[in-house]
Order: sequence, then structure tokens, then C-alpha cells
Amino acid sequence: MSAALLLLRREMALSWNGGGGPLLACGFLLSLAVIVPLGAGPRLDQLASLAPGLVWLALSLASLLTLERLFERDFEDGTLDLLALGPLPDEGVVVLKALAHWLTIGLPLAAMTLPVGISLGLTPAQLPLLALTAAVGALAFSVTGALGAALAIGARKGGLLIAVIVLPLFLPPVIFGAGALVAQADGRSPGPALALLCACALVAVVIGVLAGAAGLRGSRT
Amino acid sequence: MDIESGSQNDGAGMIRLTLEGVAVRRGERRLFEDLNLSVRPGEAVALTGANGAGKSSLLRAIAGLLTPEAGRMRFDDNGQDLDLEVARTRHLHLIGHQDGFRSGRTARDELAFQVGWCGGGPGGIDEAVRALGLEGLMDLEVRRLSAGQRRRLALARLLAAPRSVWLLDEPLSPLDARWRAEVGQLMQAHLAGGGIILAAVHDPLPIPARTCEIGGTA
Amino acid sequence: MFGLANPDRFMRVTRPLVGPLWVIAAVLLAVGSVWAFRVPEDALQGDTVRILFIHVPAASLGLAVYASLGISCLFYLIFRHSLADAAARAAVLPGAAFTGLALITGALWGQPMWGTWWVWDARLTSMLVLFLLYIAYAVLRGAFDDEGRGARAASVLGLVGLINLPIVKFSVDWWNTLHQPASLLRAGGTSLDPAYLWPLLVMMTAWLLLFLAVWLTAIRTEVVRRRVLAIRARRAREAQG
Repeated sequence: MSAALLLLRREMALSWNGGGGPLLACGFLLSLAVIVPLGAGPRLDQLASLAPGLVWLALSLASLLTLERLFERDFEDGTLDLLALGPLPDEGVVVLKALAHWLTIGLPLAAMTLPVGISLGLTPAQLPLLALTAAVGALAFSVTGALGAALAIGARKGGLLIAVIVLPLFLPPVIFGAGALVAQADGRSPGPALALLCACALVAVVIGVLAGAAGLRGSRT
Repeated sequence: MDIESGSQNDGAGMIRLTLEGVAVRRGERRLFEDLNLSVRPGEAVALTGANGAGKSSLLRAIAGLLTPEAGRMRFDDNGQDLDLEVARTRHLHLIGHQDGFRSGRTARDELAFQVGWCGGGPGGIDEAVRALGLEGLMDLEVRRLSAGQRRRLALARLLAAPRSVWLLDEPLSPLDARWRAEVGQLMQAHLAGGGIILAAVHDPLPIPARTCEIGGTA
Repeated sequence: MFGLANPDRFMRVTRPLVGPLWVIAAVLLAVGSVWAFRVPEDALQGDTVRILFIHVPAASLGLAVYASLGISCLFYLIFRHSLADAAARAAVLPGAAFTGLALITGALWGQPMWGTWWVWDARLTSMLVLFLLYIAYAVLRGAFDDEGRGARAASVLGLVGLINLPIVKFSVDWWNTLHQPASLLRAGGTSLDPAYLWPLLVMMTAWLLLFLAVWLTAIRTEVVRRRVLAIRARRAREAQG
């Protein structure tokens, strides 16, 4: 079995075992979705106009909270040392860890946005676009979050620090992801916003991987 | 694969490690400087020195996990210099205080990952498990192993994924007398096969080894 | 340029520059401020046009300072000169201050002109992101016990943040938003009336020189601070043995 597959499988297994992974993230997403109607009033037509923003807020926060210790645990227990002495370059390690996060947490979160969207008053016709944008956005979040987590390896205060680093970089996917939903709701074509969202995700992958690997290297020099 | 004769199949026959004028700094403190050391194939070196003298840091620097302030490191195979990156990712093991095991996973899963990541096959794992007396423990979660058992599990990687250069940070400290002797024999076999061992120790190694004192500039 | 990476030479070369920079910046700032209050009222904007003499230089400097921060980060990552790290670090506070000032003066101007303190258009949002990036750099730079570790991690982040600069600059051209497009630096020459152009240029020069003065002073202070730390460490070692 190739080393890449080995690492991907381990990361996915750890995500499931260590702390419930997708269940935890999805539970968090649902809890957020419950608070909003109770705070903003239960009128579905009002909620529907807020829904894209709320879904994206919940999605980015749920991604962020699960990304926080993507490298920290490995740093503390010596796994990062082992990974450095293996066959894959740092870029490969970052890609695989981010990919595992997307597969085990990002995609379940994207699926979870569907019931949340319905409960917030979106119509079934909007759901395919919601799921698509959420899946692409979650990919961008996973890679960008991996970048932040790699830069913060060994820092004195992990959680909030990563949030401050990463949230500004989360904004472009949020803008275009929510923009596509709004465009569709207004009867315009969501195509341009969707294309820009995909472009953002691509840029995030390239930069996140390169900078994340630089962060890994920085943690041991 | 025959562990008893310490066969090397990591593709590099006889690797020699040479350090020239190496200095390592941690934060504001220089741990040591101008360290020169050459380890020939089949040779073991015991790094000694007080706590905090920089033994572990030296091992990490050789493994590339820490950048030395000055100096040069060379791995050569019969006089032919190896690329540092290649030497470190194919021909070198580091067993440190942190073993990289996730406490919630089984010993079998964790060892299989570490060995696979370092390029070893499943056949080697069975041999290594037997050699280190871990047979009954492999289905337990790592957190249920004792410190000595856990260290033996870490050392199993050395046998199951053969690499020439062993960097060991106090490898024997959690082991009892019997296992110190057993691991000593495994080290002996590794040396007989042309491997090299660099071990940070407080107690003498159970094998013939040159001693190198670290520190003294502070 | 590369000779300056040597801290001793840097200190020698910059010593005679710092004082004059402060003086010229102060004089230009005084001249520009007085001039800004003497320009005629704008037909549309009335007196509020004067805010722009602070707003425009602050916003331009916010961007320019981030560019110098990002380039310093790049130099640090390539050459590992601690002076580049000191330069990046020294740029954070003035950069964040300029950007914050641009946001605040923009709000003060927007209230009477647009009827709102804030709109979520592309230019305003990307300026806010710029402000957040300064904060992120500063927080990450200070989050490690090991100096070098913080410098490396923050440099990577500072470099990544450079992507935001073209977004800020071109946001008004790419998206049709409330914030007006560039009038000073644009293809086909400036569209500004000379009565406003000259005091604005004086103000921008003054702010630029002010930044350079602050920057150089801060870098020099950092160099001195590190020397003091090194001396202390050496004394401690000597006292030990």
C-alpha cells in the first residue's frame, strides 16, 4: 500500500475514532441552527433571507473548530517527527491531512446543511446548489484551516489564534458561496458566483498546501 | 527477512555518518559547538552528558528535525555522498521520547502505520513482534501498554522497517533487565549487518560502544 | 540593498536619516494640514471634502505598508536575515494604524455623503480584511516562546496576505460598488482638480515620510533591543562559569 493511502486512511480513522469527528461537527452545526430561529424569530420568510449567511457562518465555524488541532496533536505526541522521516514531502502531508478532513468532516457538514437549510425556510429547489456550494466551500475551509493549523504548531494559545489567522482567509469562499445562493433566490444565474467560488477553492488549495508545508518546515527548524 | 543476522535491505549498503563542526542552539542558549564525530558502518556511539546538554537536540538535528546553527552533516555510502533528504527519509530511524502512538488505537494499527510509512512490509512486522515479545499485546489499545511494552512497540519499527542509521534517545530506560539484554542483542545484530547506532544514554549500552560526551561549552 | 542586511551597516547608514525624516515629515504634515483647511469647499461634498486629505493618504499608506511588510517577510523566508523580520514586525503597528484611520475617516465621510457609516461593498470589506491581516500577523508573531519559530510562521502568513492587496486596489474596478473608483492614479491621468491635487500630494508625501521615520526608528530600536538581550545572555553565562 502506498504511503499516501496509508496516511489518508490513518487520518480518516483517527477522525472517526478520536472524539467522534463528523458527529461532533454536525452536532455543532445543528446546535447553531437551532439558536438562530429562537433568536431571530421563527418566521420562515424572514429566516429564508438570512439562511445563506447562517449556513455559511455555521459551516465555517464548524470547520474551524475541528481544524484547530489538525497538527497540534501530532506535534505533541511525536507523529510529526515520524511523518518528516517518511517518503512524502511536507506538501503531501498537508494535502492528505486536509483531504482527510474534508472527506470525514467537510462533506458530512455539507450534507448536514440540507436539513438545516430546510428548517431555515429554503425551498427544495435551492438545496442542490446549497449542497454543491457547501461542499466546495468546505474544501476551501479544510485547506485554509490546515494552513492556519500548520502555522500555529506549538503556539502558546492555539484555538483563538487559529481563528484570527484563518477567518479573514475564509471570507472569499463565504462571499461567493452565499452570493450564489442569493443570486439564485433573486432569480439571477448563480453561475458566475459559483465559478468564482471554485476559483477561490483552487487558489486556497494551492496556497494552503504551499504555505502549510512552509509552516510544517518552520515548526522544526 | 532474517533479523538475527541483521540483514540490511534499505538499499544503502554501508552508510557512514560524519558531523563536522556542528553547533546547536535552542532559543538564546547554545547547547554545544564544534562537534566532530564520525560513525563507521557497524559502529555504535553512546552520547553522554548532563541533562540539558543537548543529546536529544543532536539526534533531532541529525534527523533534520532541527536546524543546527553551524556545521555540516554527511551521510555517505562507501564514500559516495547521499542527498541529505534521501538519507533522512529512507535510511534513518529516530526513536525519541515521543513515540507517535495514538493511545486510543490498537498496537497493531499503530505499528502497521509506522512501519508502512517507513517503507516496511507486513512480513517484517510479525518477525519484529516476535523478537520483541509483543505477541499477546498487539490487539490492545496503546494506552493499556506499560511504559516498557510501549517502548518495545516503538523499537519494533527498527526491525520491521530496516534502515541503516538508528538514532535512539534513551532507548533502554523504561525496559527491565531482561529486555535490556534482548534489545542489546538486536542492536548487536544491527551492527553486525553494517548498520550504525547513535544512542543518547545515561546508563552504559549493553553493547560495545564508543562514548561521546556532549556539552561543556555552557 | 543587500548590504543593509548587516545590522551594523544598517545602523550606520540609517543613523543620519532618522532625524531629518522626522523633521521633514512634521513640517510637511503641518503645511499639508493647514493647506487642506484652506482649499475651497467642494460643490457636492462641502466641508467634508477635507476628510479626504486624511482618508486618502491613510488608505494608500495602509496598502503600501502591508506591501513592505509582505516583502520583508519574503526576504526573511529566503535569506533568514533577522533584520527582515524586525522590518516586518516594525511595519505592523503603523500599518494597522493607517488602515484603521482610513476605515474610521471613511465612516465619518460616508455618514454625510452616502447616508451610512458603513456599507459592505468590496473596497470597504477588503480594507477591513487588510486590517484583520495586520492583527493576524501581529498575533501569530507573538504567539511563540521561540523567537525564530514566531518569525517564520508569521512571515509565511504575511506573504499569504499579499494576495489581498490587488483585491483592495482593484475592487472598485472589478465590482461595481458604492466606493468611487480611483481618481489619482489611473490610466489617462488624474481626474482631480489642481486645487485639491497639490495639498493631497503634500499630505501623501508627509504621511509616507512619517511612516518611513516611524519604521526606521522601530527597526533600529529592535536591533538595539536584540543587542541588549545578547549582552545580558552573555553576562549571565559568564557569571555562571
